[in-house]
Amino acid sequence: MSGTVAIVGASVAGVRTAQALRGEGHDGPIVLIGAEATLPYDKPPLSKQFLAGTWDTDRMTLLTEAAARAADIEMRLGASAQHLDVAGKQVLLADGQRVDYDQVVIATGAAARPSPWPAASGVHVLRTLDDSRALRADLDRPGPVAIVGGGFIGAEVAATARALGHPVTVIDPLPAPISRLLGPEVGALIGQIHRRHDVDTRFGAGVEAISGHAGQLLLTLTDGRQVEAATVLVGIGAVPNTDWLAESGLLIGNGVVCDQYCRAVGRDEIWAVGDVARWQHLEIGEAVRVEHWTNAVEQASRVAFNLTHPDELRSYLPTDYVWSDQYDWKIQIVGRPYSAATHQIIGTPNDNPPRFAAVYSDKDSKLAGAVTVNWSKALMTCRRLLAHGASGAEAIALVQTLVTPAVTR
Amino acid sequence: MPRLTADVDLCQGYGNCTTSAPDVYDIDDDGKVVLLKQTVNDADRSRVHEAARSCPVDALRVLDR
Repeated sequence: MSGTVAIVGASVAGVRTAQALRGEGHDGPIVLIGAEATLPYDKPPLSKQFLAGTWDTDRMTLLTEAAARAADIEMRLGASAQHLDVAGKQVLLADGQRVDYDQVVIATGAAARPSPWPAASGVHVLRTLDDSRALRADLDRPGPVAIVGGGFIGAEVAATARALGHPVTVIDPLPAPISRLLGPEVGALIGQIHRRHDVDTRFGAGVEAISGHAGQLLLTLTDGRQVEAATVLVGIGAVPNTDWLAESGLLIGNGVVCDQYCRAVGRDEIWAVGDVARWQHLEIGEAVRVEHWTNAVEQASRVAFNLTHPDELRSYLPTDYVWSDQYDWKIQIVGRPYSAATHQIIGTPNDNPPRFAAVYSDKDSKLAGAVTVNWSKALMTCRRLLAHGASGAEAIALVQTLVTPAVTR
Repeated sequence: MPRLTADVDLCQGYGNCTTSAPDVYDIDDDGKVVLLKQTVNDADRSRVHEAARSCPVDALRVLDR
């Protein structure tokens, strides 16, 4: 198929869509529009290797000038999209320029939810390269660090700040932040990660107010306790970047609402991919939005296929897979543990470092998901079984055969 | 015939490759990638290339010679 494809958003979802379109044989022009002036970069290192100072931006680049030229992808960087003219088939940029398209892929991602607690300085969010640089500059100075939000970003930054030598406190209103996803027992097990790495936690209390400035901040918690910090990171989720679509006429509701093929509802030539896309998930039976790297990559490849194969559209049904590297723990989650009825823990959760799997079964005894800590092999086994609709018992038996003497010691 | 490489030092055991191409990639007990083949047929090239590109740390390559 020919014709111009404009891709708005140059993070992993947009870049992978552009590359996959070429892989699928699209031979028309591809214009990749990115709001930031830097070359497209990968975000996972922003809370880890880049923040720690061990990686530079070169290692995070998703698409070099040379690779873009080789694939005949036109990059328009530092060009923030302001409006989508659906009738005129144009993307309007902030500098007044217009990009014509035959098909458009919306890949504008999500932005860090801003801190609702005003402070003069020293309070950070983390989503972009500039965010990570600013946080890093503050972490170059000594002093305690407070993390608001015990999710993946918060936990990863806590680990990095601790490794840089800072005293760290993690604050979250939930008694065990990850328990919503994994259930109370496994949630509590993984919730110990901070204390086991010499990081303080204040779980079960929210933040009432933050006052002061960089180097001297005071957090007041809802239970009246106070936490002093030189630097604060607020990691309380993200909101999809759809403001620029407000006048487009597209259906927006916690993201760009799409059909099962990732087309914006009612439009055959408008697609959405990655954090900004809320598509109709046929197995879950509702429209969902997923903010994970693996989803962005998988969805990009599906959108590229569907865009180039209009007569054989395929529903988008990803494997749910998430990872997070925190301290010396690699946490991997597959499937939907939150939907499970029972689970079994295999391995050695109390070793240092631990190595274990929790295998979840649904009410019909089918495998529903798994979470592993430092045990990729077990996770991959469950991931494969999940794709085949295996029973929970089958998964448990197989994972048990993977227990080596090193695990049982 | 396209030749495969894997950088075991880079590999973090994310395992996206083993899901996309289980006949080519596996994960060992240490959570590191294992190549089950050194080369692939031209017919499998694009599928294996797609699997290699699913690596979050870019540890996998499909080389044309």
